[in-house]
Amino acid sequence: MSTASISLSKEPLVRFILRRADDALVLGHRLSEWCGHAPLLEEEMALANIALDHLGQARALYTYAAEVEAAGLDEDAYAYRRDPVDYLNVLLVERPNGDFAHTIVRLWLYSAFMSLWWQAMTGSKDAQLSAIAARAVKEVAYHLRHAANWLVRLGDGTAQSHQRTQMALDQLWPYAGEMFTSQPDEEDLIATGIAIDPETLRQAWLTRIMNEAAQALLKMPTAPFSQQGGRSGNHSEAMGHLLAELQFMQRTYPGAQW
Amino acid sequence: MYTQGLTPETETPVRAIGDEAAMARFQARIDAEQRIEPNDAMPAAYRRTLLRQISQHAHSEIVGMLPEGNWITRAPSLRRKVALLAKVQDECGHGLYLYAAAETLDATREQLYDDLLAGKARYSSIFNYPTPTWADIGAIGWLVDGAAIMNQIPLCRCSYGPYARAMIRVCKEESFHQRQGFEIMMTLARGTDAQKRMAQDALNRWWWPCLMMFGPPDTQSQHSDTSTLWKIKRFSNDELRQKFVDATVPQAHHLGLSLPDPKLHFDEISGHWRYGDIDWEEFRQVLAGHGPCNQERMAARRKAHDDGAWVREAALAHAEKHKARAA
Amino acid sequence: MATPRFPLWEVFIRSRTGLAHRHVGSLHAVDVASALEAARDLFTRRNEGVSIWVVPSASISASDPAEKAMMFDPASDKIYRHPTFYEVPEDVGHM
Repeated sequence: MSTASISLSKEPLVRFILRRADDALVLGHRLSEWCGHAPLLEEEMALANIALDHLGQARALYTYAAEVEAAGLDEDAYAYRRDPVDYLNVLLVERPNGDFAHTIVRLWLYSAFMSLWWQAMTGSKDAQLSAIAARAVKEVAYHLRHAANWLVRLGDGTAQSHQRTQMALDQLWPYAGEMFTSQPDEEDLIATGIAIDPETLRQAWLTRIMNEAAQALLKMPTAPFSQQGGRSGNHSEAMGHLLAELQFMQRTYPGAQW
Repeated sequence: MYTQGLTPETETPVRAIGDEAAMARFQARIDAEQRIEPNDAMPAAYRRTLLRQISQHAHSEIVGMLPEGNWITRAPSLRRKVALLAKVQDECGHGLYLYAAAETLDATREQLYDDLLAGKARYSSIFNYPTPTWADIGAIGWLVDGAAIMNQIPLCRCSYGPYARAMIRVCKEESFHQRQGFEIMMTLARGTDAQKRMAQDALNRWWWPCLMMFGPPDTQSQHSDTSTLWKIKRFSNDELRQKFVDATVPQAHHLGLSLPDPKLHFDEISGHWRYGDIDWEEFRQVLAGHGPCNQERMAARRKAHDDGAWVREAALAHAEKHKARAA
Repeated sequence: MATPRFPLWEVFIRSRTGLAHRHVGSLHAVDVASALEAARDLFTRRNEGVSIWVVPSASISASDPAEKAMMFDPASDKIYRHPTFYEVPEDVGHM
């Protein structure tokens, strides 16, 4: 078994799948960091369930990417044996968890987008992606419900919880825009109905976000969507630490089976 | 599980038994294998014993999330990662089932949990040992869960209904835990030299603490007599320990690993594996707070609780406002 | 400071369609929404249910165990309520 980093496929469909898979892997990883440290025991159960849904999505997508690429790779090769610049997730999901308000606001912003994205992808011309979407759309609907309920509790809770939640929204907002960007190599996939253009989801997303933010008594940030780069491999410092943990075993014991 | 909610408000939630005739009636119910339910009359000592045991059991599940949780972000494959996260999540669930069972004994989870964080309550000594390598995850699943199952299966027939019902659920869910641990060990034992070494090292470190998990030898155990009489406990510490050793030694041989006990041998006459002397001083030290990870474990749980205080306050405040608005 | 109390809820789950909801346990939650979510996350991780009820524990009234004899024993000798009390000749067949 090869032990060096794998190189990133140039095939647009593989890259398209990996972008979504990496989002799921990294967010699943971040949520799993809460395990044993959540603010209440019932919430331990919830966060672990959501993390497991994301890891499950990542596995389904990596496995499909391996099938499309047909280079003898598997889910673990993609998850563990790439160089940092070859991970294609948005910066939003790699942000450190921060406090519980940060975790909830991030989950809410992301799930509100993903519920629309997976819904649209159930109509993908790619049967495999459409099947993965059919399952994921139910999972993300629950994530969104859970996050939105907490958002309202925290935003409309105590003065402290309101302040923390508003701060989380203000700090994470600049990262939300990257979800709506599409990459040049996706044009044909979008044209043939395999992929979708995330820009088309922006208005529906914004409407929902504004509505729920209002219920949570939060002010909508006015800052621009200034932070992006993850989709093209330009990651934050936090991503390096995340990968150091994630890849530790595979990198330390090359070629071993686990 | 039943709760205080099932108790009429005018009643003392858990009825105490004083006189001898009532004690005899209680014992007759136990002897007839009838389950005792929360609102039934019961001796104060029965209630105390159960509350101590169930809450310690619950605390153990919650603290027990930490040593394995240590490896979730570093699990070596996605398959291992989801299995481990699901397992640690189960432990939290089991803690919750058990706290609910304890709450039927006129206690509140908040009070029990505060006692844990204040260092007033005990949890299993085993979770004060560290998990420096991935093989520890295999060893915990195989050995610690294996030992726990030995303890927990008889508890499914415990005389106290809510505890027995919680344990049935726990045992059903835990059946995958030991298997996933053994599978990890098997993969390591069949792997590279570094992996074999890792597996052997983990077994060396976990073997003796696992034998201690069953508690002091029968000659020294303080609580066993009444617990047995009341059918809270169905087997003695030494009986369970022997069952565990007999089940586990052949598994270790199957893995090609050696057990760190030069005195270990098979006794043809009794059909049991006989083990060497357990270092009970180490056990006492760990229980007294001087194990390798006691401080870290409690610090981690306290930090989670303290950091989460504002979240719980916010949730309560929101619920209050919501009620007020709806009214 | 003592940890503030979250209300206690009883959880009932219908394991599949056609069956009644059955009591499975209890949990703590601040409101109905979180009680339902926590019940889902705690009691249905292995496909155990298709429907959940949560009820505030404080809303449940229970019979008093001290009155067990008064409440339930009188029913024990009313054997004429059961079909086996009545004789039907065998050649009449199943009834």
